Amino acid sequence: MAKIIGGITTSHIPAIGVAMDKGLEETDYFKDLFAIYPPIRDWLTEEKPDIAVLFYNDHGLEMWLDKKPTFAIGAAPEYENADEGWGIKPIPPVTGETELSWHIVNHLIENDFDPTVCQDIKVDHGATVPLTLLWPNFTYQGIKVIPVSINCERHPMPKPSRSYAFGKAIGEAIRCWNKDQKVVVLGTGGLSHQLDGQRAGILNADFDNWCMDKMVTDPEAITQYSNVDLIEKGGAQMVEIAMWLAMRGCIEGPVEERLRNYVSPISNTAVGVQLLIPENEQG
Amino acid sequence: MTDYKMKAVEGTYHFDGEAATKGFHFNKMCYSFNSEENRQAFRDDAEAYMTKYKLTEEQKQAVRDHDINRMLELGGSIYYMAKFAGIFGWNMQVIGGMQSGRSTEEFIAYLESQGRGKTTNG
Ligand SMILES: [Fe+2]
Repeated sequence: MAKIIGGITTSHIPAIGVAMDKGLEETDYFKDLFAIYPPIRDWLTEEKPDIAVLFYNDHGLEMWLDKKPTFAIGAAPEYENADEGWGIKPIPPVTGETELSWHIVNHLIENDFDPTVCQDIKVDHGATVPLTLLWPNFTYQGIKVIPVSINCERHPMPKPSRSYAFGKAIGEAIRCWNKDQKVVVLGTGGLSHQLDGQRAGILNADFDNWCMDKMVTDPEAITQYSNVDLIEKGGAQMVEIAMWLAMRGCIEGPVEERLRNYVSPISNTAVGVQLLIPENEQG
Repeated sequence: MTDYKMKAVEGTYHFDGEAATKGFHFNKMCYSFNSEENRQAFRDDAEAYMTKYKLTEEQKQAVRDHDINRMLELGGSIYYMAKFAGIFGWNMQVIGGMQSGRSTEEFIAYLESQGRGKTTNG
């Protein structure tokens, strides 16, 4: 049976991708942020997951307003990246895993979740920045990726509780897949930030740290908040915690927090990173 | 009838159905800026480009004025507007300053004042 060996939360802000492109990892501005990635990469190298299920939100590369899915799951052998308009360098295609994609889709629909199924989508920085961070120098091409997107742009967005439940259903699907494969789940985006309006630039370190604590011990506590509560607390784009909740939902039972990093601000965003290991899967 | 209007948050434009309806053509134009060819067409003749994308006169004026908050008011979504900003080389700190009435330096200082120093490594 497939096994979820760990969960990682990571930012996906474009500035991080650009910093990697330009080799700025060691500069004063970025070094605290990048410090957390080598130990996470070491863990990945040691554990060798076969598949990454990656929760992200599209920022207007593929999922534009004309047909915008609330929840969507990739079921393609390959996912391309492309020009997003403001200067991040596109990266070579990401490898898919169609068999598990379809297994998840079947399981979701059987369990009353009805996502949009995508056989040909481009993935944006929401997916590519985390992949590049975790598997640098294009080594992400050695891992199979299933991108799962959640609408974080246009209201109404799924309730945080629903994103968490969606993740739970995906976790069950992975655990009942009859293949001896190791899966890592990735929750991208966040934490507090607001890009738009007179309130642009708001950050909330206390709330971010509370969320990171709860990600470990009691993720359901975060789901007590509505999206508008999250906007009040952590800015308009705090709603991206939906992807963290979906990732955390995939993991059953208690987790050990192996690593944590919080650096704020990078660009306009508070960047939280966690490596969570399911205690039930250890040993 | 249930009222689904979102609670107002000061200084924030919820991009909801009403905004998305109002801003559809404007956002469609900004979405087109994923392609360099389209960015160039806008640089060559912004007025013609805006007309082609059916922007309202108010939206056109907000674009001419580089008035980011006004674009939001008229239904703009920041994700597509980021592509518009890319044409001018404005990053998120530049736009942040433009929206919050600060210079870019002041905006960066505002960000820093809330964050750095609360770093936890471990
Ligand atoms: Fe994002």
